[in-house]
Amino acid sequence: MNDITRRDALALGASAAALAVTGASAQTASTIKAADVPAPKLAIEKGASLRMLRPVRFVQADEDVFRANAAKFTKETGVEVKVDFVGWEDISQQTAVTSNSGAGPDIIIGFSDAPHIYIDKLVELTDVADYLGKRYGGWLPLAQKYGKRNKSDAWIGLPFGATAGPLIYRKSVLQSVGFDKVPEDHAGVVDLCRKLHKAGKPAGFALGNAKGDGNGFANWALWSHNASLLDEEGNVVINSKETIAALNWVKELYPTFIAGTSSWNDVSNNRAYSSQEISLTANGVSLYFSLKNDPATRAIAEDSEHQLLPKGQAKISPMAGLTLNAMLFKHSPYPNAAKAFLQYMLEKDQYEPWLNANSGYWSQPLAAYAEAAVWSSDPKVKIFKDTMNSTYYDGYKGPISTATGAVSADYVLIQMCAAVATGAATPEVAAAEAEQRCKRYFRRQGR
Amino acid sequence: MSVTTLPSRGVALRQPGWIARLLDYKPFLIVMCLAPAIGLLTVFLTYPLGLGVWLAFTDTTIGQRGIFIGLENFQYLLKDPLWWNAVFYSVFYTAIATIGKFALGFWLALLLNNHFPLKSLLRAIVLLPWIVPTVLSALAFWWIYDPQFSIISYLLVDVLHIRSTYIDFLGTPWPARFSLIAANIWRGIPFVAISLLAGLQTISPSLYEAAMLDGATAWQRFRYITLPMMMPILAIVMTFSIIFTFTDFQLVYAITRGGPVNSTHLLATLAFQRGIAGGELGEGAAIAVSMIPFLVFATLFSYFGLARRKWQQGEAND
Repeated sequence: MNDITRRDALALGASAAALAVTGASAQTASTIKAADVPAPKLAIEKGASLRMLRPVRFVQADEDVFRANAAKFTKETGVEVKVDFVGWEDISQQTAVTSNSGAGPDIIIGFSDAPHIYIDKLVELTDVADYLGKRYGGWLPLAQKYGKRNKSDAWIGLPFGATAGPLIYRKSVLQSVGFDKVPEDHAGVVDLCRKLHKAGKPAGFALGNAKGDGNGFANWALWSHNASLLDEEGNVVINSKETIAALNWVKELYPTFIAGTSSWNDVSNNRAYSSQEISLTANGVSLYFSLKNDPATRAIAEDSEHQLLPKGQAKISPMAGLTLNAMLFKHSPYPNAAKAFLQYMLEKDQYEPWLNANSGYWSQPLAAYAEAAVWSSDPKVKIFKDTMNSTYYDGYKGPISTATGAVSADYVLIQMCAAVATGAATPEVAAAEAEQRCKRYFRRQGR
Repeated sequence: MSVTTLPSRGVALRQPGWIARLLDYKPFLIVMCLAPAIGLLTVFLTYPLGLGVWLAFTDTTIGQRGIFIGLENFQYLLKDPLWWNAVFYSVFYTAIATIGKFALGFWLALLLNNHFPLKSLLRAIVLLPWIVPTVLSALAFWWIYDPQFSIISYLLVDVLHIRSTYIDFLGTPWPARFSLIAANIWRGIPFVAISLLAGLQTISPSLYEAAMLDGATAWQRFRYITLPMMMPILAIVMTFSIIFTFTDFQLVYAITRGGPVNSTHLLATLAFQRGIAGGELGEGAAIAVSMIPFLVFATLFSYFGLARRKWQQGEAND
C-alpha cells in the first residue's frame, strides 16, 4: 500500500514534467460538477500566516501543483503559507511532538487515523466539511469514516485522498493456467495459486513485518471471511470462528506462495514481481508505475492487470485505503485562515489539477471528483478511482482509536497469519495470542 | 620564597581581591571545575535514564500522558511469551556472537601480530567492517539473505548447481537467528582483533625468547605467556563487546525487524517496536529497563571473572 521507495519516487520524478503537462491540460477542460452552495463565512485573521506539514510526494508534479496552489492562495488572500514535505516514517512522530508541545505547524496532513489520536488538540472542521460535501456530491464512505468523530457528524479531519493495494497480476501467466482473472471466492483463489505454483510463476503476499502490504493481506484474509478485529462497540472480537476459518484458508494458501514470504517487507513483493519471480501479488499503484516508467520493464507493465481484492464472503471488496487526513491544531493562532486554506485546496480549481497531477496515486474523497481526467488516462489505473468508496478501514468495524493504529504498527494481525502459515502455531493458538495482544492495546479504550 | 620573609605590613598591603581569594578556595574550585561535567552528565545521561526508568512505571503512550501504575508493566512482561522469547534470543545472540567474535578475533589478532609485507595496510583494511555504518552493512546482509536475490543462493543454485532451491535464510526462526548472529560476528571481529592486537604488542618479546630457550612449544607459549598476559585486556574488551552485542539494535531492525513471527526480537528491538511503533512508551521503557540486570550481571561476570589475578596466573584460589 505505502511501499513507495525513494527509488520509485526518483524514477517517477523523471516523468514528472510530462505529468504536469497533462495536469495543466485537464485544468482547462474541467468536467467536475460543483453545486452552488454558500461557503462558510471565514473571517481571515489580520496578519495571518500558516505553516503546514504533509507527507512527501509520490511524483514531482504532486509537490509542484500543491505548492502552486498554496502560492495562489497567498496571492488571493495575503496569507503566507509555508509547506514542508516530511518523510512518511517521520510524520507520525512529528505530529505527536506538535500535539504534545502545543507548538509548531498549524496544519498537518497525517495518515488515516491521526485525527482520532489527537482529537483533543484539534479544531473541528465541520463547517468546511459540510460545505465541501454539499458542493461536490458528498464525502465517500472511507473519507467519512476517517474524517468524522466516531458516531458523530463532527468532522475532525479533512481527507485529501487515499491509496489502496489491490491485486496486480500477469495476464499472460494467468491465461496460461486457464484463468482470465482472479476468482472472487476463496477456493478459487487457492486453486489459481496452486496452478501458478505448479507453473513455476507462483503468487507471493507479504507475511513479514510489512506495515502496508502485510496488513493489507492480513485484513483481506480476515475481512473476506467476515472476521474483524473489533465489533461496532469496540470490543476485541478477533478470536472468533470466522478468524479461525480465515487462518485455515491462509494455511492452505501459504504453500503455494514463493518461498520466503514470511520474511518479506514492504518492498519485497515489488522486487519479486518486477524480476518476474512471481505473477500475482497485492500492491499499491506505485509498482505498476515503476514498471511502466522503466523501459526495461515496460513489457511487464503492459502484461499486468489490477483487480480489486477478491470478495470471498464479503459484500464488497474488502480493501482499506491509506488516507491523507488533514488536521488543524487548536494552538494555531489563525484557525479561520487555516480553515479557509484547507477549503481552498479542496475546491475544484485547486484540487482537480492536483488530483490529475498525482496520476492515480491518490484518489478523491469527494464523489464529484470521480469525473477527473486522471481516471480516463490509463485504463489500468482506473480501478483506483473507487478507493474511498470502501466501507473497510484499519480497525474495522469498531471506532478508530490510537489502539487500532498500534495494532497494525505492531503487526499483530500479520503475525497471527504468519504464525499459522508457517506452522509455528495452530489457528486457535494464534487467534488467542492475537486477542491477548490486542486486548493489551485496547485496555485503555473507553476509560 | 622571598615573599614569605617580607614584614607583615607588606602582606597586608598585598592582600588579594575577593575574586582571587575565592579562586584560591579549594572547595569552590572543585565545584567550579566539576560543574560543567556534572551538568552535561545530568542533562544528557542521568535525566534521560531517569526518565526512562520513570516511564517504565507509567502507562504513558505516544500522545497521552500516563499515570503511575507501579509494576504493572513488568508483571505483564513476565506473562508475555514475546518478552521471554526476546530474553532468550538476546542471551543466545550475545553468547554465540561473543564466542564467535572472540575466537575469530583473537585468531586474527595473532595472525596480524606476525611480520609480513603491507602489515599496516592490512591492519587498516581489517577495520573496515567496524568502520562502515551498521545500517549499511545491515542492508548488505539483507540482500545477501534475501529469499529471492541472495548472492549465496545464486552461487549455490545457478553457478555451482549444488542445491536446487534457493535458501530461505530469514523465513524460518532458526536459520534467521543464526543468519543475524553471523552478521553480528562479521561486524564485531575487527573491534576484537584490533583491541587484542594492541594488547599483544605490549607483551615483551623477551618472555617468548626465554620460553623458547626453555624449549616451550608454540602452544605452550600461547597458553602460558600470551593468554595470561592478555587476560586484563580480554576482560575489558569482552565487557564492551557483550554490552554492544546485548544492546544491538540496528542489525536486527534493518534485516528482520524481529521477524519471522517475532523469533528474532532482541530486547532492544522489542522495546522500540512496542514503545515507538506500537506507541506504548511505558511498556517499551519497561522492556528497556529489563535489560539492565542482564547487563550488570554480564559486566560483573566478565570483569571480575576474567580480571582475577589468580585466574591469570593459573594459581589455585587461596
